[in-house]
Formats: sequence, C-alpha cells, structure tokens
Amino acid sequence: MSDAAWLGHGMDGGRLQVAIGGGWTVAELAQLDDAGRAMLKALPVEAGQARIELGALEALDTAGAWLLCRIQAGLAERGWQVELAGANPVQAALLAEIGRLKPRPALPPPQLNPFVRLLAHLGASTLSACGEARRLLSFYGETLVTLCRLALHPGRLRLTSLVHHLEQTCLNALPIVGMIAFLIGVVLAYQGADQLRRFGAEVFTVNLLGVSVLREIGILLTAIVVAGRSGSAFTAEIGMMKVREEIDALRTIGADPIEVLVVPRLLALMIALPLLAFFADILALFGGGLMSVLALGIPAPQFLSQLQGAITPTMFWIGLVKAPVFAFLIALVGCYQGLSVSGSAESVGRLTTQSVVLSIFLVIVADALFSILFSYLGL
Amino acid sequence: MSGQPVIRVEGLRTRFGPLVVHDGLDLEVRHGEVLGIVGGSGAGKSVLLRHLLGLLRPERGRIEVLGHDLARLSDGARRALQACQGVLFQDGALFSSLTVAQNIQMPLRERLALSESLLDGLAGLKLALVGLPLDACGRYPAELSGGMRKRAGLARALALDPQLLFLDEPTAGLDPIAAAEFDHLIRRLQQSLGLTVVMVTHDLDSLEAICDRVAALVDKRAVVGTLEQLRNLHHPWLQAYFHGPRGRAAARAAREGS
Repeated sequence: MSDAAWLGHGMDGGRLQVAIGGGWTVAELAQLDDAGRAMLKALPVEAGQARIELGALEALDTAGAWLLCRIQAGLAERGWQVELAGANPVQAALLAEIGRLKPRPALPPPQLNPFVRLLAHLGASTLSACGEARRLLSFYGETLVTLCRLALHPGRLRLTSLVHHLEQTCLNALPIVGMIAFLIGVVLAYQGADQLRRFGAEVFTVNLLGVSVLREIGILLTAIVVAGRSGSAFTAEIGMMKVREEIDALRTIGADPIEVLVVPRLLALMIALPLLAFFADILALFGGGLMSVLALGIPAPQFLSQLQGAITPTMFWIGLVKAPVFAFLIALVGCYQGLSVSGSAESVGRLTTQSVVLSIFLVIVADALFSILFSYLGL
Repeated sequence: MSGQPVIRVEGLRTRFGPLVVHDGLDLEVRHGEVLGIVGGSGAGKSVLLRHLLGLLRPERGRIEVLGHDLARLSDGARRALQACQGVLFQDGALFSSLTVAQNIQMPLRERLALSESLLDGLAGLKLALVGLPLDACGRYPAELSGGMRKRAGLARALALDPQLLFLDEPTAGLDPIAAAEFDHLIRRLQQSLGLTVVMVTHDLDSLEAICDRVAALVDKRAVVGTLEQLRNLHHPWLQAYFHGPRGRAAARAAREGS
C-alpha cells in the first residue's frame, strides 16, 4: 500500500504550480476529489499558464488518472493552459488512454416529477393489468382446447406425470391442510361458544361450526393453502424450465407445453382439491367437536345429534362443488405465470409471488360469485 | 518489473469424495503476465481458479497470492486481498436486479465512501475502458447480449482497479469476431493497467493471441510453459490438443496474423 495522496498548489509569478503525489488510487478518490474542487474554487479569476507536476506520484490507477484528467479539464475550462510534467512512461500511457476514451459519467436516467411518475405508474399498471387479463383469458382458451383434444385422444394424457403431481399436491399436502383445518375448528368452536353463551344458546355453537365449515371455511382454507403451496410450486417449476430454455426444447421436439406441463398439473389439482377439502371438513369438525366436548361441556352424543340436525347433504355439496373450480383457477394462474417468465431468475421469484396473490384473489372472487349464485338459487 | 511471482501454488491436492482432481500441482504466476489455464473437461481448471480465489480450501498444499498464504489469512487481510483481485465469471455473473452501472458501482459502494457523482463518473470510466456504450449503463443484465454481459462483467471486475484479474472462459459463447475483440480488449487493458491475468480458456485462438504462458492440467498436475514449449512436449493429451485440427488451425492463423 502506498502513502496517503496529496495535492498542493501555489502561484509562482503568473504561473499556477500544482504538485501531486502519494498513491492516487481509488481508495483515496473521495479526499482527492475534495482537494481538487477546493483548488479550482481558490484559483484567481485571471487565467494563465498552469503546470501539474507528477514527479512525486507513487501509484496511479485508472480512477486516479481519471480524476487527474478531470482536474486538468476543469482548469482548461477556466481558461488555463495546462501542461503535465514528470509522469513516468506507464503513467503517461494510462493518462493518454483515459484522455483518448474521454469517459462521461454514467448518469442514472432522469427522474420525472413525483406526480407525473405516479400517474405514469398508474397508467402503466392499468395497461399491464388489462394485458395480463387478456393473456390469461387466451391461455384459458388454449388450455380448454387442449383439454378437449385430450378428451378425444385420451391416450395422450401423461398418466405418470398426473400421478406424480397428485402425490405432490394431494398426499404431501395432507399434514399441513389437516393441521390448519383442525386448529381453525378449535378456534371457531371456542369463539362461537364465547359469544353464544351470552344468549344461553351455547349449543348452537355446533350449528355455527357445521354450517360455516361445510359451506365456506373448509374449502376456502384449503384453496388458500393449496394456492400458496402448489400454485407457487407450479410457477417456480415451469418458470425455471422457461429460464433454462426447456420449454423451447419441448416445442422443437414437437411436444405441446400445455399438453405436457399444464394439463397434468391442472387435472391433478382438480382431483386433489375436492379430496383435500373433504379432509379439511372432517378435521375441522373433529377439532370443533373435540373443543365442544372437552372445554364447553357439550357431551359427544348431543354434539352429534345437534350436528345432524344442523347440516344437510346440500351444504356439504355446496362446499365441495366449488373445489374443482378453485383448483382450475389456481392451476391455471400458476402455470400461466410460470410460462410468462422471461430472461432472468429474478423474474421467477417475482412471478411466483404474483401467482400466489392472483390465485388467492381469484379464488375469493369466485367464492363471492358462488355465494350470489347459491342465494339466487335459494340454496 | 515482470518476473517475481504474484501467485505461487505448491503441492496442491484437491479431492471430491473418491475423485482426486489435483495431486501435487505446482504453479507460479509472474507479475505482469497473462497465464492461460487449459485442460480437458473435468481436469479441474475452474476448480483451480476457485482455489486461487480462496473459494475452496485445498486438502493439502499451499497457495500464496500476492505474498499471503490463503490458508492463514485473517478476515481483514482476506478482504484487503480481495480488493486487489477482480474476477470475471463465465457469463458475467452480473447481479440481475441491478443495472449495469449499479453492478459496476457495487464493489465501490461496498468498500469506499464515495459521492454519487464520483460513482457515476467511475462507472462511466469503466464502461469506456471495456468499450461499452454509455447508454448501456441504465440497462439490466437480462437486456444485454452475451458479449455485452461479458464486457459489463469485466467492467465490474475492474471497478476497484485490481492488480490481478481472473477470467473464467472469457470468450466462451461469443462469436469469433466478438471473441477476437474481447481478446484484444483484455490484452490492451492488461498492458495499459499493468495487470496480471489468469484465464481459464478452451479457446485456442485466445491462447495464441494473448497468453504469455500456458498451464496445461494433465495427469492431475500443471505443465507450464510457453505455447511453443508445450507444443513440442510428447505428452499424448498435449499432442492431441495442440496438433488436432483446431490446434493446427489456430497456430496457422496466429502465424499468418503475425
């Protein structure tokens, strides 16, 4: 390591004498820049001859050379006639190289004013949301067409892949889905009983539990867990394949990525989600029942008979009929976002997040539409 | 100024499970030279490079870089040493969430407290040095071509003005014209900045064009010499490498060029 860098100047008659020395390297750059600016500020107004003496330089790297060129240019701008003296051949070559390249600062692109930027951002995201919706719709169409084609030629369905994804999305999801459903059942029973006790209607906790779990909570909860678990996995898997050009390789082989990648995932999820929802229903009722028996003092036989009175098969089917629709939405969004990955690995992460958010949003919108439909049908 | 060794490897042994990659490998890199490392696939070229960078620990042997024994380096000394070396990874390894200018400024921000205007100026300087247009500074790595990514990676490697430059297959994936330009660029920078360069390469033209000496990894050791000396050795791999159709073509091209 070389000694600290320095820059000194003084007037000798009408002549400006500048001497520099030490290690003019990138490590000293901030300090040297300040010294250079201070010197330029302190100069007399009347310009004349200037001489920069490099004899005491111990080290000069590109950053130092660049700064020296900048100081030299600053002097020249103020009308001084600058000459450099005392550079060794290596330093002179480096200075000549920098002088030849004439680097200009790499400024970040200019920023618009905040209000305009907000407006531009709003416009851009509106447009991109519309474009996204259109592309998602067209992907939906493509997938439907592929599904129809497969219905005509069922032999082309990838059974191995289907089973693999069934295992991933259904079997491996059982512990987490069961756990969450059980705990929600416990919480629901406890909170419900707490409120209903004020009216002496504690026993209606069972009705609250049965109806809400079967109609809404069982399936909605499962769909949200599956969107976070499997929807994101679909995006990440297909996205990484896209980054590694595997999708293009599939196309060149003559295989349709929708048929090979999307349809097995879609069908697997449409089979898995109703099963998982059923599992979640049972576990949530079990959790709520356990809570009622242990903590609320409702005996088990009474719980069962109350439950039988409260729920109907229709309620059960209302919950379960939504499952394939939610599964379709989650798989569609997950695969679509995976296929829209482009270029870098960073976009895989961004689109995975987007996939989860969008599929949960669509699931809840669809649930609201189902509620309207069922109330219209009087169910 | 040239001559004294900046890197010295003695008796290096590397093993991955049962697979011994290097066994008793010795190597010396002299100040101010361009050393090419060649070898068949799996001969441990990139592994050797990772050893020199301190990213891997040798099972046995000693590696000295700029006079420091890598195995006995405190964290502070290691950081100081890292400031003296720049690395261009294959395909650049640019940070994909940062623009080119931010990529170049990243090592500067990590180590030094510089004002924004100085950082912008330095980024512009490095871009000019590697021959990238100024308007590339605001672009993201995904928006660059392969050749531009390599140049941007080189600009980042040069950000701290290192004395030692490591290049991992700098010309792989470039078309012959771009590869020749890149060779020329490395040679020019090496001469004007006084760098010592260690490059792993498969490109025989690169070897001919810019390497002062070549280290061939054969039989788990390094055979070092000028290209001419290696060509005249009787090792079967070296014979096949330098006297195969590509080796002959590269040698002919170099003769005609000079």
